[in-house]
Amino acid sequence: MIYLALFWEFFKIGLFSLGGGLATLPFLYKLAETHPHWISAQAIADMIAISESTPGPIGINMATFAGFQAAGAVGGVIATLGEVTPSVIIIILIARFLTAFDKNQKVKDAFYGLRPAVVALITYALLKLMGVTLLNGGAVLPIETVLYAVLVCCVLVWKKVHPIIWILAGAVAGLLFQLPS
Amino acid sequence: MKKREAGLWELYISFLKIGGLTFGGGYAMLPMLQREVIDRHHWVDEQEVLDIYAIGQCTPGIIAVNTATMIGYRKRGVLGAIAATLGEVTPSLVIIITLASLLLGVQDSVWIQRAFGGIRVAVCALITQAIVNLARKSLVDWQTIVLYLLVVGASLFAHLSPLAVIPIAIVYGLAVQYFKRRAA
Repeated sequence: MIYLALFWEFFKIGLFSLGGGLATLPFLYKLAETHPHWISAQAIADMIAISESTPGPIGINMATFAGFQAAGAVGGVIATLGEVTPSVIIIILIARFLTAFDKNQKVKDAFYGLRPAVVALITYALLKLMGVTLLNGGAVLPIETVLYAVLVCCVLVWKKVHPIIWILAGAVAGLLFQLPS
Repeated sequence: MKKREAGLWELYISFLKIGGLTFGGGYAMLPMLQREVIDRHHWVDEQEVLDIYAIGQCTPGIIAVNTATMIGYRKRGVLGAIAATLGEVTPSLVIIITLASLLLGVQDSVWIQRAFGGIRVAVCALITQAIVNLARKSLVDWQTIVLYLLVVGASLFAHLSPLAVIPIAIVYGLAVQYFKRRAA
C-alpha cells in the first residue's frame, strides 16, 4: 500500500523537521536511501530548484514533488497531507494547553541546542548535494566547481536578489557550458 | 482595532492567496500574512501575528503551515485550523503537480538536462547562502560550534540518522544552559 507508506514517511518528516523547508532536506536524503524507487538523490536537486522558483512553502513544494515522483498526483497530495498532519495536531495542542510556549525557558534552552544541530543537518544535506553535482565519482568537475564558487560569491554579496534569478542564471550557464561536464 | 469573525471559506481563500503569492515559504510569508489577516480582515493584531509566527518557528513542521494552523484555530477551532492549512497548501499542490507532469514529458531533452546541470549548481550556492545566514544566528558560542561540527561529522562518517540528532540536540541544549547558569 504505497499511499499509506508515503503518508507515514512524510508524517515522520513533518514531525521531526524543525526550522522550515530546508530542514526537511536531510530527511528527504534519508528517504532516497531507504526508498530509492520513490526518489533519487539526483532528483532532490531538481526538486529544490523547482520548489524555490514556484510559489508556496518550500517544504510543501518538495513534499508534493517527492510524492508525485513516487506515486503520481495522488501521491503528491498524500505526501503533503502526511507532512502537514503533525503540524496541525501539535499546533492545536499548543494553542489549547500552552499559552506562552515560545517564552518558556526550557523551550528556549532546547532551541539553543536544536538550532546549531539543524544547521548541521542542512550542511550535511548540502555536502551530499555537492557530491553529486560537483564531483563525478570522486573527480572534481572543473566547470561546475568554478560556477559554484562564482555563484556563492554572488548570493553572499547580493543578498536581496530573489533565488529565482540565480536559478535562471544557473540554467543559462548550464546551457552555455553544456553541463553536466 | 475591533477583531472580526472569520468564516471557514474565508479562511481557506485567505491562506490560499498567501500560499500562492509567497515565494520561498516561512520567512517570506510575513508581508502577505500581515496584509491578509491584519489589514484586510482584521482577524488578529500585529503583536498576535508576531507571537504566532514565533511559535510556528519553534514547533516541528513547515513554518508557513504552523502559522496558518494557529490563526485558523484561534478564529474557528479545529475546523478553522484545517481550512487555513488546506488553503495554504493548495497552490503548491496544483502548481507542483502540473509542473512535475510537464517535466516528465521533457526530461529526456538534452536542453533540459543541460539547464538542470547548471540549476543544480545554483541550488548548491543558494543552500550555502541559507546555511551562512542560519549559522550567524545559531552558532553563537563555542558550545554551539562544537555541536555543529559533531553533528556534521557524525552524519558524514557515522551515518547518524537525522531522527536521532533531534533528541540529542535538545538534551545538549538543556545541559549546556543548565551548567552555564550554575557556573554563573
